[in-house]
Amino acid sequence: MRIGVVTFPGSLDDRDAARAVRECGGEAVPLWHGDADLKGVDAVILPGGFSYGDYLRCGAIARFAPVMDALVPAARGGLPVLGICNGFQVLTESHLLPGALIRNDHRKFNCVDQRLVVENASTAWTSDFEAGQEITIVLKNGEGGFVADEKTLDTLEGEGRVVFRYVPDAQGRNPNGSYRHIAGITNERGNVVGLMPHPEHAVEEGYGPSLDGRGFFTSIIKQTLESAATA
Amino acid sequence: MGSIVVDVMLKPEILDPQGQAVGGALPRLGFTGFTDVRQGKRFVLTVDGDVTDEHLTAAREAAETLLSNPVIEDVVSVHVLDESAAEGSAAGEADAPAAGEVDAPAADEADAPAGDADGEPDEAEDGEQ
Repeated sequence: MRIGVVTFPGSLDDRDAARAVRECGGEAVPLWHGDADLKGVDAVILPGGFSYGDYLRCGAIARFAPVMDALVPAARGGLPVLGICNGFQVLTESHLLPGALIRNDHRKFNCVDQRLVVENASTAWTSDFEAGQEITIVLKNGEGGFVADEKTLDTLEGEGRVVFRYVPDAQGRNPNGSYRHIAGITNERGNVVGLMPHPEHAVEEGYGPSLDGRGFFTSIIKQTLESAATA
Repeated sequence: MGSIVVDVMLKPEILDPQGQAVGGALPRLGFTGFTDVRQGKRFVLTVDGDVTDEHLTAAREAAETLLSNPVIEDVVSVHVLDESAAEGSAAGEADAPAAGEVDAPAADEADAPAGDADGEPDEAEDGEQ
C-alpha cells in the first residue's frame, strides 16, 4: 500500500502526513511538485501548509505545478486523493472539488481541537468511520471558510457529498464561517476528499487531541488492499 | 513597452473579511462616510513593444484561469494601461490621472511660498487622496 505525499514549496505538514501513513501501516512515498510523476502510488495526499506562500489565492499557484498535471487526470480516473487544509484549497482551485475557501469570517487564525461529525462514511478515506460519528482533530487555518453558491451547496447536501461538518459552538457558529458548517466534501465518485482539519495530527498517543485521525489512513489502506484482492 | 491591467473583484455575494477590516478602520481615522469596503486585486502585465490584440486575448485567458477563481471572483476589467496616465489608474480614465496631476503641483505651491498659512488645506487634500 503506497501513498504518495506531495511536497510543494511552502508545504508544512507533508512530513506529518507521511508519518501518519507509516503509523497506520502504509508506505509513504514522497512526491515532488516539480515532477509530473506519481510513481505508481495507490493514493495521494495533498498536505497542509502555505504552498507558494499562499500568494494570489491559497492553492492557486500549486494547482498549476507539474505534479498536478499528472494528479488531476488520475483523480478524475478514480485515484484516491485526500486534500488536507492547503491541500483542500488546491483541490478546489483545481476544480476537482466544488466551492472555495476564503478568509475566516472573524479574520483570526484558528488553532483548536475541533469536533466534527462524520456525515459520509462511504468515501475512500472515511469507510472506517460510521455516519454520525463525532471525532475531534486539530483545526488550524486562516482561510478555511468554505463557500459555494446555493445550488452547489444543495447539490452537495442532496448527493451526500458533505463528508464532515463542524459541531457549532453554543452561539451556533463554526470556527471559520463555513457555509452550512461544512468542514469537508467529496466528489461524485467519493475518491477525492478535501477537509480543512488535520487528521495527520491525531494519530499517536501523547500528540494531538485523540487518535481519531487514524481512521482516514486505515480506511484508504483497507480499501486499497481490498480492491487489490478482488482485482 | 506596453502593459495590460487586469482588475479582479470578489463576487458581490462572497463575504470579504479584508474589506470589512479596512471598513472598520476607516471611521477611526475620521472617514465616516463610507458604508462598505470591498477589496480587489489589480495585476499589471507588461509586454515587449506595444500591446496587441493577441496580448489582450492572452491576458483575458490568464485572467480567467490563474488570476481569478471564477467560483468566488469576477474579472471586472482587462484593458491597456494608458502610458500617459501617471500611476496607471486607467480604470478611472479621466478622474484618477487628473487628480494626480492636480495634486502634485498644488502641494508644491502650497509648500513653497507660505508653509505657515497652508497647514489646513494641505491636510484636507491629503485626506481626500
